[in-house]
Amino acid sequence: MNKTLETGKLKTDTKVKKEVKNNTKMRKVLSYAAFVGPALLFFIVIQIIPFLMGVYYSFTSWNGVSSAIEWVGLENYKKIFTNDQKFYDSFLFTVKFMFAAVIISNVIGFSLALLLNASLKTKNILRTVFFIPNVIGGLLLGFIWQFIFVKGFSSIGNMTNISFFQQPWLGDADTAFWGIVIVFAWQISGYMMVIYIAALQGVDNNLLEAAKIDGANAFTTITKIIIPLILPAFTICLFLTISMAFKIFDLNLSLTGGGPFNSTQSVAINIYQEAFTNNNYGLGTAKAILFFLVVAIVTTIQVMFTKKKEVEA
Amino acid sequence: MNSRYTSKTFILEVIGILLGLVFLIPFYFVIVNSVKSFPEILVDAAALPNEILFSNFTKVWQILDFSSAFFNSLIITFFSIIGLIVISSMAAWKMVRTPGKFSKILFIWFVSAMVIPFQTVMIPLIKFGGILGIMNSIPGIIIMYFGFGVPLSLFLYHGFVKTVPKEIEEAARIDGCSQFGVFWRIVFPLLKPITVTVIILNTLWIWNDYLLPVLVLQDASLRTIPLATSSFFAQYTKQWDMGLAALVLGITPVIIFFLFLQKHIIKGIASGSIK
Repeated sequence: MNKTLETGKLKTDTKVKKEVKNNTKMRKVLSYAAFVGPALLFFIVIQIIPFLMGVYYSFTSWNGVSSAIEWVGLENYKKIFTNDQKFYDSFLFTVKFMFAAVIISNVIGFSLALLLNASLKTKNILRTVFFIPNVIGGLLLGFIWQFIFVKGFSSIGNMTNISFFQQPWLGDADTAFWGIVIVFAWQISGYMMVIYIAALQGVDNNLLEAAKIDGANAFTTITKIIIPLILPAFTICLFLTISMAFKIFDLNLSLTGGGPFNSTQSVAINIYQEAFTNNNYGLGTAKAILFFLVVAIVTTIQVMFTKKKEVEA
Repeated sequence: MNSRYTSKTFILEVIGILLGLVFLIPFYFVIVNSVKSFPEILVDAAALPNEILFSNFTKVWQILDFSSAFFNSLIITFFSIIGLIVISSMAAWKMVRTPGKFSKILFIWFVSAMVIPFQTVMIPLIKFGGILGIMNSIPGIIIMYFGFGVPLSLFLYHGFVKTVPKEIEEAARIDGCSQFGVFWRIVFPLLKPITVTVIILNTLWIWNDYLLPVLVLQDASLRTIPLATSSFFAQYTKQWDMGLAALVLGITPVIIFFLFLQKHIIKGIASGSIK
């Protein structure tokens, strides 16, 4: 074995030397292109070129049909900031929704992780159960919960007389908001739980034992020891939930369709309708560019902020 | 963990089981009512069915053209993922093994694209897709998934390749293996754990995706499961007997996929997010 390896080495050594003379640089570039090129090509064609086109269209009055695309400067942006109550409302809804959804799904996800980190006998089954909603797509989930809110809750309400189940849910602006939050949390908490569990498993048990001996109660152990130790998991979970909540579309569309009276219309739905229902492609892309800027800024600030905390801890 | 099973653990266990049941209630409602007649649903949605009707399912299967929707979803998901694995693993390996400014900038470029919301790209993409002639076709949407999926898959492979020792590759090169040979025969098998993660994350995304297919695939014959379900609901609003049967059909394949591979999926999700 060793011998064949050595002779092989000798043979190729001379070959390699020859190749060095035959412009190795060119070969390197070619092989780099062969390996990286396909990924880069698809990425540029599908994401970067349309993105740049979007920046251009946001300054035009393009309606998607006529071939004449007229340059209108900052007109679209001006319209969005001064004269688009619906966009403003949908933005406000999305921000409120993001706060509620991010807090609730992370609190539930983290609590479930703590629960399953105890040595329960049903640990594995429960982990599966809590994660299942996450494998179903937002569109189907929205339809499922539409039924639960409309028919299921009212049957439970009739049976138990608990007022929580007797609300109009999707028929009223306030309860429809919380309806979407509930479904989002139901879908995402299990996902967050999995990430938190993975982080909790990395926490040194001796540290927790030591805290116990020192007389720390469960609450201080969690807030003073566990949370600081697993801050990286919080960075990831917050990043994921913030960007998912901000971009909510499917679930929102099938659950409430933005109603009642546009009270639960997310920014993503507003952009979609501006472009494909109202045929204002130029205005739609301007909104989409603003949407991109907000998402990019919010997620960058959040990651910087929690990273800083990680360093401090 | 060597903690004993105390009465406190027992209480936690009970809490856990109760919470688990709360999480499953929606499934109870959907499944139970999918086999009821419409009047029976209206009377009491919480009760068990008097009589199990499978006619909802046979009707819906035809209206949805479920077998063709399932097949379309399967083809799109399968080929998108194969392509993503090939292009992103190759690119990630080469970029890690060719350190330098260019690779670094390229990597940052790929990764920062992950914050671009789909809505920002979709409107011009429809126009550009029309110019390229990749609209309203299954190969076309697969190509689009390559473009949208590359950043995350490449990012995952990139993190993993760094942990793979270089020595084996060098030995193989010296033995006269070509670059492609080294990659596919030696490196790629070592990437298996992260390939599993890439497959899982992309399957859950592409299989369940709604917005890209609804924009790209106009022909009814090209519909995926989410598209078929949503157009069904647009037509048969409030006909819950059939609607719920459609939902049960729609979620069954992905739930079976999950239950079969759950260990890998949960591990894959955890490692995919932490990397």
